[in-house]
Amino acid sequence: MSRAVTPQRKAFNTALAWLIGLLIFFPILWTVLTSFKTEAQAIADPPIWFNFNWTLENYFTVQERSNYFRHFWNSVVISVGSTVIGVAIAVPAAWAMAFVPGKQTKNLLMWMLSTKMLPPVGVLVPIYLIFRSVGLLDTKLGLVIVLTLINLPIIVWMLYTYFREIPVDILEAARMDGASLRNEVIYVLLPMAVPGIASTLLLNIILAWNEAFWTLNLTAAKAAPLTAFIASYSSPEGLFYAKLSAASTMAIAPILIMGWFSQKQLVRGLTFGAVK
Amino acid sequence: MTLNTRARLLACAASALVATGATAETITIATVNNGDMIRMQGLTDDFTAQHPDIDIEWVTLEENVLRQRVTQDIATNGGQFDVMTIGTYEVPIWAGQDWLVPLTDMPEGYDADDILPAIAGGLTTDGTLYAAPFYGESSMVMYRKDLMEAAGMEMPEAPTWDEIRAAAEAMTDEEAGIYGICLRGKAGWGENMAFLTAMSNSYGARWFDMDWNPQFDSAEWKATLTDYLDLMNNYGPPGASSNGFNENLALFQQGKCGMWIDATVAASFVTNADESTVADQVGFALAPDKGLGKRGNWLWAWNLAIPAGTEKVDAAKAFVAWATSKDYTALVAENEGWANVPPGTRTSLYENQEYLDAAPFAQMTLESIQAADPQNPTVDEVPYVGVQFVAIPEFQGIGTAVGQQFSAALAGQIDVDQALDNAQKLTEREMKRSGYIK
Repeated sequence: MSRAVTPQRKAFNTALAWLIGLLIFFPILWTVLTSFKTEAQAIADPPIWFNFNWTLENYFTVQERSNYFRHFWNSVVISVGSTVIGVAIAVPAAWAMAFVPGKQTKNLLMWMLSTKMLPPVGVLVPIYLIFRSVGLLDTKLGLVIVLTLINLPIIVWMLYTYFREIPVDILEAARMDGASLRNEVIYVLLPMAVPGIASTLLLNIILAWNEAFWTLNLTAAKAAPLTAFIASYSSPEGLFYAKLSAASTMAIAPILIMGWFSQKQLVRGLTFGAVK
Repeated sequence: MTLNTRARLLACAASALVATGATAETITIATVNNGDMIRMQGLTDDFTAQHPDIDIEWVTLEENVLRQRVTQDIATNGGQFDVMTIGTYEVPIWAGQDWLVPLTDMPEGYDADDILPAIAGGLTTDGTLYAAPFYGESSMVMYRKDLMEAAGMEMPEAPTWDEIRAAAEAMTDEEAGIYGICLRGKAGWGENMAFLTAMSNSYGARWFDMDWNPQFDSAEWKATLTDYLDLMNNYGPPGASSNGFNENLALFQQGKCGMWIDATVAASFVTNADESTVADQVGFALAPDKGLGKRGNWLWAWNLAIPAGTEKVDAAKAFVAWATSKDYTALVAENEGWANVPPGTRTSLYENQEYLDAAPFAQMTLESIQAADPQNPTVDEVPYVGVQFVAIPEFQGIGTAVGQQFSAALAGQIDVDQALDNAQKLTEREMKRSGYIK
């Protein structure tokens, strides 16, 4: 039996949703606004909302001082590279766990997740020393490897959850029709799991794009992505909030735009199987 | 195109690549994001014009990130950086570990003797210079001349803490949103503890006695913390326990502070009419004292040092010599004006009339720097080097933990006695753990 939703309740829910949405979006909005102010306007008290002389000076300064496109390209290679490799490893792993589970599958999944509970700084020095020895410090390849390993548990978990929602009978029917394991995965499983895989890809690209601990600690000049680009504008001795905001806006803009255009896939994937 | 022509072209390209690789040497420089360092980055064309065989890669990071990053790299011999920007705190510790290249054979004309003795003293171990100062700073009182005048008071050139308290009381007008004094309250060894350690020196307090026993149970520390809390609770801005340099700078620039005791480098910010609403009303005075012969000012310098692990020592040394030379100062003056040259490192700068005319805070900066003595920071003898810090590796952790106690006291969560008792206990525990005391 369905409950009738009154117009008042609908209006209230809509207003509440907008309020929560604006609250979540506010820090980004404020950062963007600050990036168009002068340094003096950025720290004005009471704060200036929209009534200021909009300037692009901070963006010019940032572009003049830093090589934005090099950092941007490093971010693209690192986040896309680590996500694609992670998904390539995770698809067969999640398939095995979802469709041919063993006695230890659940323990294995929990163990994979438990690696996320270790503070990264706990393994910083060993990883730094290994990277130094094999020449991976300040390389994009090194960061792709680290971020793949860091995000792999999440990717496997997400794909495992999506695969579990796919009826095993369909896969069995494909097998009965003579499909090989490879064909079963590529032509039957993957098309049905596209929303889940798409949202996994998008979410992990976002996670890798925003990762700041390893990207700051394992890079110097050559492989530094946009997280290092932002860090270079933070200063405890000097008010550079407007420039910092311009750098932050430039760093988050690509991923924000990507998220905006792919939000349909993202939401569909994240709610995949939630309502049967 | 014939095969032969292609082969020739390929050979030419390959030899060009080999030649480029053989001649150009790239040095990576880690630095902090502040005005002087950014200016240096903008002027590196001058260096590369003088040294066409050296290319430069910059890694600019926030101070705390930089400190962690370069410490990790130098301790593991990572070799990521050829020149590092490090503070006065790190130099004696790293030099003692043989992690830095001694700067003994700088190029002719470098004139190391011109470096201010107070600054050079903090960078020298066993008579050898291990880092070249890029800019130096101390701390001093910055005050509002108009508010002092309205209160019928005059700021002495060398005030006492009692005079500072009286001035803070007179200038406070909470209804108008003006607070008599703004001081650091944010917890951290380089935040509130930089100020409080320097203040405690003027009260005759010290971190450790000659046997490395913590001294927070002394009357001097109690007087220091009591007076600090009294000043801040009565005449300071609300929420001061989360205020650091930038927060106080913003308050002062908006005319909300009667006085601000902080780094001398702030003088150029608060007198900049583009950023400060009180630019033409700022006066300067030496950091206060308590009549015990020591002032509450600190001493800090950002320095360029060469890690022992680098394979490009000669190129790195050429850069360090260029960036910290008298010629560099002249180059900045020519391009950006005398007011923008990096201050606080060379005696000759303070003998230059053009600089003295352009920077009204120059003389006060020099006097503040000269008033600090890293070897004898406080009234009694101490076993450590450092004015607002103790140059031992454990200090970062201990200093921040003690800073959290004092910040909690400022926020009203604990009282003076509890804060000092906690500070004493945690410092004792860490010093025992590190083997300084049994």
